[in-house]
Amino acid sequence: MSQITVEDVEYIAGLAQLEVDAATKARLTEELGKILGYVAKLNELDTRDVPPMMHALEMRNVFREDEAGPSLPRDLALRAAPSHDGQYFIVPRILDTDEV
Amino acid sequence: MAYEAVIGMEVHVEINTRSKVFCACSTAFDAPPNTNVCPVCLGMPGVLPVLNREMVNKTVAVGLALNCRISRWSKMDRKNYFYPDLAKNYQISQYDLPLCQEGFLDIEVDGATRRIGITRAHMEEDTARNTHSIGGGQSGVDFNRAGVPLLEIVTEPDLRSADEVYAYLTMLKQILEYLDASDCNIEEGSLRAEANVSVRPVGAQTLGVKTEIKNVASLHGVTKAVEYEIARHVRVLDEGGTITQETRGWDADRGLTFSQRQKESAHDYHYFPEPDLAPIVVDEAWEQRIREGLPELPAARRSRFSDQYGLSTYDAAILTATRAMADYFEATAACGADPKQAANWIMGDLQALLTLSAMDIRACPVQPDALAGMIALIDDGTISGKIGKDVLGEMFATGKTARAIVEAKGLTQISDADALRAVILEVIEKNPAQVEQYRSGKEKVLGFLVGQVMRATQGKANPRLLNDVLLAELRKP
Amino acid sequence: MAWYGKTAHELIEAVSQRQASAVEIAESYLGRIEAVEPRVDAFTQVWRDSALEQAARVDARIARGENAGPLAGVPVALKELLCTVEGETTCASRILAGFRSPYDATAVQRLKAAGAVLLGKLNMDEFAMGSSTENSAIKLTRNPWNPECVPGGSSGGSAAAVAADECAFSLGSDTGGSIRQPAALCGCVGMKPTYGRVSRFGLVAFASSLDQIGPLTKDVRDCALALNVLCGHDPMDSTSADVPVPDFTRGLDGDMRGVRVGLPREFFTDALSGEVREHVEATVKALEARGAELREVSLPHSEYAVATYYIVCTAEASANLARFDGVRYGFRHPEAKTMLDMYVMSKTGGFGPEVQRRILLGTYVLSSGYYDAYYLKAQQVRTLIKRDFDRAFEQVDVIAGPTSPTPAFRFGEKTADPLTMYLSDIYTISCNLAALPGLSLPCGLTASGLPVGLQLLGRPFDEEMLLRVAHCCEQLRGGIGKPPLA
Ligand SMILES: [Mg+2]
Ligand SMILES: [Zn+2]
Repeated sequence: MSQITVEDVEYIAGLAQLEVDAATKARLTEELGKILGYVAKLNELDTRDVPPMMHALEMRNVFREDEAGPSLPRDLALRAAPSHDGQYFIVPRILDTDEV
Repeated sequence: MAYEAVIGMEVHVEINTRSKVFCACSTAFDAPPNTNVCPVCLGMPGVLPVLNREMVNKTVAVGLALNCRISRWSKMDRKNYFYPDLAKNYQISQYDLPLCQEGFLDIEVDGATRRIGITRAHMEEDTARNTHSIGGGQSGVDFNRAGVPLLEIVTEPDLRSADEVYAYLTMLKQILEYLDASDCNIEEGSLRAEANVSVRPVGAQTLGVKTEIKNVASLHGVTKAVEYEIARHVRVLDEGGTITQETRGWDADRGLTFSQRQKESAHDYHYFPEPDLAPIVVDEAWEQRIREGLPELPAARRSRFSDQYGLSTYDAAILTATRAMADYFEATAACGADPKQAANWIMGDLQALLTLSAMDIRACPVQPDALAGMIALIDDGTISGKIGKDVLGEMFATGKTARAIVEAKGLTQISDADALRAVILEVIEKNPAQVEQYRSGKEKVLGFLVGQVMRATQGKANPRLLNDVLLAELRKP
Repeated sequence: MAWYGKTAHELIEAVSQRQASAVEIAESYLGRIEAVEPRVDAFTQVWRDSALEQAARVDARIARGENAGPLAGVPVALKELLCTVEGETTCASRILAGFRSPYDATAVQRLKAAGAVLLGKLNMDEFAMGSSTENSAIKLTRNPWNPECVPGGSSGGSAAAVAADECAFSLGSDTGGSIRQPAALCGCVGMKPTYGRVSRFGLVAFASSLDQIGPLTKDVRDCALALNVLCGHDPMDSTSADVPVPDFTRGLDGDMRGVRVGLPREFFTDALSGEVREHVEATVKALEARGAELREVSLPHSEYAVATYYIVCTAEASANLARFDGVRYGFRHPEAKTMLDMYVMSKTGGFGPEVQRRILLGTYVLSSGYYDAYYLKAQQVRTLIKRDFDRAFEQVDVIAGPTSPTPAFRFGEKTADPLTMYLSDIYTISCNLAALPGLSLPCGLTASGLPVGLQLLGRPFDEEMLLRVAHCCEQLRGGIGKPPLA
């Protein structure tokens, strides 16, 4: 585990769609560095043959049957939207180059 | 320099289920915007996904049909990226443990068989649809398709030409339809094919820089786009240029690909296992149940049609193009019709009628037993093949049986030699010039005389008998 | 009459004996809220009208001789992150300000069906991220025992409201101690059930593999009554366990003889404040006097729990919180002109600093090249932590220790350094990582009059054992009284 840099913070902020100004960036680099420094203690443990615990319970094959049920009335589906036209959720124009 | 193309395909197909993959919303295609939605597929706060069992069943069926190894232990993962059509801003997909792995599909191009490796087939959810027709610099988002079950099928870079791409997609589509796994309607977006194309000098081992062709709205479009793209790569390289790794779209009107998006670096989707869903364990018994439920697949059926019914390879291929067509043919044969006759009628007149009325064979008003009945009337000489064409048209239009139509219209063939001779003598008498021509060696005129007899009998003359009697009479001095 | 001081089981009794109507009880609680809220600030919303309507419906059913449900007329309040059709569901975040859910969480549906009267919603750390409720975007909630002190978190409002008699019991959620720690700091009983016991459907997710809904109550019997209603399989939650739900009140008075109580060596260290240690030890000693057998056990990987937790929970949170993008609901920055603006400006303006910090940390530990070193590693250590408990539970039936290393701390005391705040959860976190049930109950007051919590951890789905031991402790030590509120 390497130490986190300002560039790392910029990169993950980009992935997370968060904007960090210069001052915040410096603060976050320090804070995250401290936390990551702390979690580095996990390296004390040899986990080569330890299976990861991906799920809290040992469950498998939880399914629903393929039956269609009622959907939400459209006005309820759209109710909380910051912008809608009664049919669609409205967003700023989507360009193909926008994919992030 | 001589180049060879290296092509890998990524196909997304919407799997046929009644409800979405993680919620109970309907998957119906043409609902008004945002009416087949619920808190789950809208990614509302607090909601949780529950996997549709039928999605797993159908994915395993497709995997088996594509000769894949079915993972005993599989899981869903979150693929993280931001886009307004992605309700949760992560897609529930499969990353390192797809349900189906390491399969293959044998395709045929120009009589040769090529084996195309299937890397994987994995389950995921479809996204919403964006519409740009809103105006005002805005887009609209409709979540009806969000959460529709999607199967992503990825090949090895084993394809070498646009023709192979076409053959692969056609065969894949056929298999998916046979399994009732997908409608594969490329226009409605239920099948979406992306091609990764690169070229390299013949004999080279390393791969060239690839471009990815996306968003093509037809099977032919994909083929054309691949063809164009191969030629473009070769041209650029021959001119000493380099290929840029990018995504390209297909302009069908101008017949060319164009740059859509250049990738500076690989996406960082920061995948991780979906904690809201339990692992999927398909044990041998479950796999076996699905295997036993598989229908006969197109390739097997094709060769059986040749063997069992003595059909040509070509006819067998046409008749097995869709499962419904093949079923129809077999049902007709099972009703006693001569297989070759049945094949000819189905591929010829019946198909023409269906095409004309833009109808699928599953909705055909002429049932297989009715078609077999019509063929039987030809066989026993009640009607001629020519009358048969009209009768079939009538059957198609009215849904009546051939016998009913023949009786109502008095179409029964004249197979009585004496009755026919009387008509023939009349024709000979009325057409002395043509008779003379025939007798003086212009045998072509025979067709005219046959036509006159047919016209006089309203087509009901038994053709073979007509021929025999006419010739006999003409040879009389 | 002042019904607000009563426990839920006393209220149920009063209603069934027709000593009180549900409306009278609701009015008593609403009056209490009005009286003490200026001093506590636990509530984010009070649903006066709908609460009285619900109560009237309960009374009408009783008048008709119908079964009005096991919690008929019991006034309950909900943590702000449980989805409700009534009112708003904001997670105490600016990004969800004004958000109205189109559906009720399963736990809320179950309370309604049981005849509970919903009084409103309670303050919390934004998206349940915090241990003091100081991260709320709405308000500060004060500890009823001392207005200078935090109520704990993230379910700080849920604990404070119960301690201040503003509801009979409340619901909270616990991802790394968020029910048990505020329960300890406010002097009430708080239970995090086994992962999978209570449906998470409608609980706005923080960390999906750790989150669990549970009750905060005035006593152990109320905790059992609440669990009776909350627990059970839900087909809407794939991680909901399909295991039988007992009547949790039945085993409360069970015998302590033969019960093996484990004391983890790693929990009784210098990190533990002297007064907390004294009260915890006195309580387990009393259990021993009742016939319980005390055994020292070891949970050798405890010291790695906090590190493991902050990788797992932030990774899951970074994905869970990605949906708040201003498209379908929630805050969209009014100046966002492009799609990218919409995301960046809405998220940056909508999420508070702690939430942003955790999103960034979670994104980092999942990003390409770091997954194995952080996320995978943490999930492997999680297995080791779980194995520690498996081994311990071969020797003992329940594990006892402190809930929080210190009693309630002062506002601002731990906000400067995120890591200090994270370390206040050292005793509660491993229970979530191992998917076990955990309970905190008051076991005394410090010299300065702050409650001390005892934590009990049990085998998966053995909430009954926790309740039985907790009930015995409660009987042995007596109550801690009421906080000094006017
Ligand atoms: Mg995909
Ligand atoms: Zn839905």
